[in-house]
Amino acid sequence: MSGRKHICAALVVLLAGCSGQQAALDAAGDQAATIGDLWTLMLWVCGFMYLLVLIFLAHAIWRARHALDAEPLTHGSGSRAEHPLRMALGGWVGLIVVGLFVLSLATFFIDRSLAQARTDDALKIKVTAAQWWWKVEYEGMAPDQRVVTANELRLPVGQPALLELHAEDVIHSLWIPNLGGKEDLIPGRINSLLLTPRREGEYRGQCAEFCGLQHAKMALDATVMNPDAFTRWRQQQLTPAPAPSTPEQIRGHEIFMSGPCAACHQIAGTPASGQTGPNLTHLASRRTIAAGARPYSFEDLRDWLRDPQSVKPGNHMPVVQLSDSDLNALTAYLDSLK
Amino acid sequence: MYSRCLASLLLLGCTLLAGCERETRAFHEEAPAINDVSPTDFRAGGTPRPVAKNPQAAEYERNAFHISEGKRYYEWYNCYSCHAAGGGDIGPPLMDDEWRYGGEIEQIFSSIVEGRPNGMPSFAGRIPEQQVWEIAAYVRSMSGNAAKDAVPSRGDEIKTTKPLTQVPPTPERSEPPRSNR
Repeated sequence: MSGRKHICAALVVLLAGCSGQQAALDAAGDQAATIGDLWTLMLWVCGFMYLLVLIFLAHAIWRARHALDAEPLTHGSGSRAEHPLRMALGGWVGLIVVGLFVLSLATFFIDRSLAQARTDDALKIKVTAAQWWWKVEYEGMAPDQRVVTANELRLPVGQPALLELHAEDVIHSLWIPNLGGKEDLIPGRINSLLLTPRREGEYRGQCAEFCGLQHAKMALDATVMNPDAFTRWRQQQLTPAPAPSTPEQIRGHEIFMSGPCAACHQIAGTPASGQTGPNLTHLASRRTIAAGARPYSFEDLRDWLRDPQSVKPGNHMPVVQLSDSDLNALTAYLDSLK
Repeated sequence: MYSRCLASLLLLGCTLLAGCERETRAFHEEAPAINDVSPTDFRAGGTPRPVAKNPQAAEYERNAFHISEGKRYYEWYNCYSCHAAGGGDIGPPLMDDEWRYGGEIEQIFSSIVEGRPNGMPSFAGRIPEQQVWEIAAYVRSMSGNAAKDAVPSRGDEIKTTKPLTQVPPTPERSEPPRSNR
């Protein structure tokens, strides 16, 4: 009974992989659909062969039990069994050759189509992976049209997006299963990945190449939105950070600018222009903090600022000792960066 | 014969175990603060005074993790812009045996935190103290003064200098720096 329960539980877990925010079989883009097709073809071909093997195995077992008194097969040329055996063996080898040929051809052509699908009207986005977060830059027509954000990727539905992949420190790999396949990000090398989203929604990308202590907490929040909403979002991201308004926010702003924060982080419209940490200009408009380590909320942000090393041990943000009131002020300021 | 073999195996095991401590990663470490470190007494033309040793600070130059983090921060906080990769540029070189304001880790720490005349800015409040210690440990390692089994070996970039594991230690000069520099 409990065995059956376990199997049921395992099945539920497995089936949960078929749809949702991070599912390779629930394609929301052209590339993922193509890879999904290849997967389906492989499933059918391999499933068919597997079934055949099982049928023959079952037949052999049945024969061994029920046909003991039948005349045993004799070997050698001219025996009665030679002709059918030869036919069966030939057919079986033929089947394997055809199956492998179909799979190889399909893999080759799908790989080729994914590699060649480059278009000129693609939205160009530069993605840089670092331990353990993603820097996302939208190239614009002019330098002042460039949007820099972190750990979130927003794409307009229907338009191809060409991701230019860089790495800062070690090899990472970007995988948004709903939108496309994996592509490595390698230091000193530029890779590219084309994604053509077809369905609006929120998806989860993940680093797919072990890259150190916090590899598991290196998620990319990918959103496919309608083109108007995307344009609005992009315009909003271009604006500098709002000035602090309440006394608490003003105090937080002072702490940020005079403390170590500004040495690593950038907030557009303020003197803070560090380049090594994530850009925080519109931090409060993101859905997660620390590359998906926590959902975004005032409390989670304060926990993170109080002790980043207990939320995500080993990450490169140092513990900065602050009194409780300073901590609240700093959180209030960052929370105002919508 | 058998016991000698066993003894040498045990010895080998102990030697290997000795390597375990060198990379302990302390993410919550309380670093000695600036107030715990006596500022150096280096003045132009003066003779160096023995510096107060800080036992906790010495841990930094024996720890592989701290030194490699220091190497990262050296780049992140743009020490490169003045000191280049250690050979010096508009700032003095860090890989030689000449220390204007002292070459002990405590003295390097205070040079970074307090700043020094002729261009070295003060990073007090800008860089968290633990990271300053890590940078100081890396700076020490540039002239071969950190533990050989703890320093990072070849870096990712192409360099003309030897990897830190092969840099011979350069003892601090006892005479005061030349006045014309």
